[in-house]
Amino acid sequence: MQGVVVLGGATRSGSISTLSMEDNNLVLSSEDSSSPDESELELALGLSLGGTACKPQQHYARILTAKDFPSVGSSVSVSASSSSSSSSSSCSSSLSRANVTAGTKRSADSVAAANGARANVTAGTKRSADSVAAANGASSQVVGWPPIRSYRMNSLVNQAKLPATEEFSSLIGNSKNSNSVVGKGTNNCSDKNNGSAKENGRSRSSLFVKVNLDGTPIGRKVDLSAHRCYETLAQTLEDMFHTSTSTITSIRSSGEEHDKATRSSKMLDGSSDFVLTYEDKEGDWMLVGDVPWGMFINSVRRLKIMRTSEAKGLAPRSEERNGRQRTNPI
Amino acid sequence: MNHKRKNPDPSPDSDESTTQLSSPFPDEVLERVLSLLNSRKDRNSVSLVCKDWYDAERWSRTHVFIGNCYSVSPEILTRRFPNIRSVTLKGKPRFSDFDLVPPKWGAYVHSWLLLFATKYHFLEELRLKRMTVSDESLKFLALSFPNFKALSLLSCDGFSTDGLASITTHCKNLTELDIQENDIDDKSGKWLSCFPENFMSLEVLNFANLNSDVNFEALERLVSRCKSLKVLKVNENMTLEQLHRLLVLAPHLRELGTGSLLQELMPRQHSELKSAFNNCKNLNILSGFYEVTSIFLPVLYPACTNLTFLNLSYAALRSDELSNLLIHCPLLQRLWVQDSVEDEGLEAVGSNCPLLEELRVFPASDPFEDEILHGVTETGFLAVSYGCKKLHYVLYFCRQMTNAAVATIVQNCPDFTHFRLCIMNPRQPDYQTNEPMDEAFGAVVKTCTKLRRLAVSGLLTDLTFEYIGKYAKNLETLSVAFAGSSDWGMECVLKGCPKLRKLEIRDCPFGNAALLSSFRKYESMRSLWMSGCKVTMDGCRLLAQEMPRLNVEVIRECGNDGCQADKLYGQERMPHLLFSLFELCTNLETLSVAFAGSSDWGMECVLKGCPKLRKLEIRDCPFGNAALLSSFRKYESMRSLWMSGCKVTMDGCRLLAQEMPRLNVEVIRECGNDGCQADKLYVYRSVAGPRKDAPPFVLTL
Repeated sequence: MQGVVVLGGATRSGSISTLSMEDNNLVLSSEDSSSPDESELELALGLSLGGTACKPQQHYARILTAKDFPSVGSSVSVSASSSSSSSSSSCSSSLSRANVTAGTKRSADSVAAANGARANVTAGTKRSADSVAAANGASSQVVGWPPIRSYRMNSLVNQAKLPATEEFSSLIGNSKNSNSVVGKGTNNCSDKNNGSAKENGRSRSSLFVKVNLDGTPIGRKVDLSAHRCYETLAQTLEDMFHTSTSTITSIRSSGEEHDKATRSSKMLDGSSDFVLTYEDKEGDWMLVGDVPWGMFINSVRRLKIMRTSEAKGLAPRSEERNGRQRTNPI
Repeated sequence: MNHKRKNPDPSPDSDESTTQLSSPFPDEVLERVLSLLNSRKDRNSVSLVCKDWYDAERWSRTHVFIGNCYSVSPEILTRRFPNIRSVTLKGKPRFSDFDLVPPKWGAYVHSWLLLFATKYHFLEELRLKRMTVSDESLKFLALSFPNFKALSLLSCDGFSTDGLASITTHCKNLTELDIQENDIDDKSGKWLSCFPENFMSLEVLNFANLNSDVNFEALERLVSRCKSLKVLKVNENMTLEQLHRLLVLAPHLRELGTGSLLQELMPRQHSELKSAFNNCKNLNILSGFYEVTSIFLPVLYPACTNLTFLNLSYAALRSDELSNLLIHCPLLQRLWVQDSVEDEGLEAVGSNCPLLEELRVFPASDPFEDEILHGVTETGFLAVSYGCKKLHYVLYFCRQMTNAAVATIVQNCPDFTHFRLCIMNPRQPDYQTNEPMDEAFGAVVKTCTKLRRLAVSGLLTDLTFEYIGKYAKNLETLSVAFAGSSDWGMECVLKGCPKLRKLEIRDCPFGNAALLSSFRKYESMRSLWMSGCKVTMDGCRLLAQEMPRLNVEVIRECGNDGCQADKLYGQERMPHLLFSLFELCTNLETLSVAFAGSSDWGMECVLKGCPKLRKLEIRDCPFGNAALLSSFRKYESMRSLWMSGCKVTMDGCRLLAQEMPRLNVEVIRECGNDGCQADKLYVYRSVAGPRKDAPPFVLTL
């Protein structure tokens, strides 16, 4: 097997450099054939990225995270099968691996389809792997999908769109002012965010995370970069979900300010009906407050205000931390 | 005030005098007749009849629609049409709505305005969609056109409320200001206060998506002065009490966009508001409904009697709220809702809206949220299709769908002209059978012969595209994402679909072969967008070479999360192919080729002939997969084949390796080479040639 991938700076138009690269090529090929799969994989990826005109290092590091390409895990096995089914072509296997890592569905099955009659095993495997990836919610990682206008998307995640309930209409008179202030605040945030997101490229680099309240189908977003500690975050969430939580906990407007403050800390220490939880990078649900704020910021993917009763069923790892958390503040 | 054609432009029609003799009508008559033609398609046809008609049409044309601002230049436009009063201009590709087009891509309106100011001094109307508009442009617009009347900005960006203030300050005859869903710097609401105190011509005012507070007294005065106001869409800061006051001042409104409905009303206010709505007998269209509450909805009921269009796309209504509302809307033709109404809400649509023609269901919450499985399914869609036999436009976001349901839906409503189904998880199969969704869209194109616009989603193989190519004879716009299994899919669409105008593709395994399979088709299309596909730089170059009248743009983004996947996708091709065979080294015959040949045929000839060929070295020739694979058994008898700078793709090499297991097929990939990928490809026909304002990341080939 002389599957070779050559790293070099030569442009395609210069074929002289191409020829001179043949030597490199051979050298690399011997190394390559003895190298384990992982390094081959990385090499291929590095090469792909090296081809771009931008900083390769940065991309290299980012692309390889499973988060960006959730289908990698399932697809690599596919590429393994493709290499076994067509072991004759070393290039095919190494390259299809690189492709699969990109999270695309294009390996032997597209070749096969191009060929017309060649429906091989690989294609079948690939398909099931894809649907698994889809079922895992791969959509959440795709820019511009589902195709909802960015304007609408922004207003969806930033505007308060709580489902109307009979109960909270009684609160309307009192909560209206604070509500509109909050609404405007978030809108301004969103505008700023839009601007910076456009400059940075993607809004995903911002610190907006989704917040949901148990029992409320429609969520909202909160900008974590606007906060420095758990207390203000809890306060903001309290304001944001004020009507809903107060409907449920039947707290009335008279002692509103007081209640808010106490309840927000209650939400953190776990002594209220609701507890603030978050999903971390690994997909585990944790109690907010279990790690220092900086670490939290780096690992949080979304927030959920859970009923305390339901929060007890958190993932085992987080239960450990729950224990720590519970004992700590009191 | 028209430019008279006493001395027609000498350039295009110097031989006019001779043709005029044979013309059955005097110009004046023909132009008068043509002025009664409103459809731009009809006018286009007229202009193709003969030179006289072409001239008569161009002199009498007052409105022009430009679907792609780079398809023509302002110079060409003004040269052909001297008397334009109204311009509709569309800019960026539609996928810019979903952040797929990098910022600062282009579509600047300013150069157009500069020329309009000298040629179309009497411009009255400007409608812009997905254009980049600066405050300077708006100020220039306000000051340069004394008769300016109507401005509509939709999905535009680059401007602030200061620009709007220029318009409201200086356009004394303004009848329409329609600002919808723009990416605008919303500095303040003071633009509204800039209308002069004697200003009273306004007929349409829409600032629903501008979030700054406006001075309500100024708005109130404006509404009371402008007796012919027909359309008023306020923003969500407007309270119910303010809405009430506006309604009393303008009972003749045809279209109303409400503000926030989240307020407590005294019983007296409640009845007053109800009677104000009751007085709005002309109301046809209602939108807004920010933060709506059940308590409020009954207030609307009296205004619903004549509604034809109800836009609840910003209101997260529950099913019972929607059904109670719909009972009062017997004439509804268009309905936009959020999927918070769930299937029960759509069942109410089916039973209450017999005249419904258009339904759009938007996701109510952030669709990235995969835990919340509320929303609508095939059940709701089916219910609508049973009840609304006139339905012909649908946009439907859902999380699950079945082939059987779609087939039934199109049986029930065979008149669909627009069918945009978005199953939000990419590549999701029919959740009941786990089959691809091919048969669903096959049923759509087979049954709905009037279909003009189609958006497909879910798990789709090439079969879907075979169906589309074969049956979608009237299809004009096709949107594709995460679909297809090979080049064949796209090839089918390009070979079929005789009326295709716009093709938008993202994240599909379509490569150069697909792109180039029917490239003459692009002449008759408005645009092609491909991102996250397998098209390479060379494919794009070849297209640009073959079709010099197409603008072939490759958009390359860096420093941007969103493009990483593209970078990888783009790396499919290999610039160099080396193929060696360590066997049978007898009488060697060698052929070296460089920069030669014009098509695959050249190499095919060599392989078919030349029985003793042993070594073949080729560089920079237009030989592709077809050539490579044409006589692949030949390679058994050869020592080696080298190909570099040719059009061979990865797929071709793989296929070769599969077919000939005894061959070593080596692919040498060089990086640091920016020539080998095409992240995002945008192709459109242009009579203006390559654009000059392309940013550095856009490569126009």
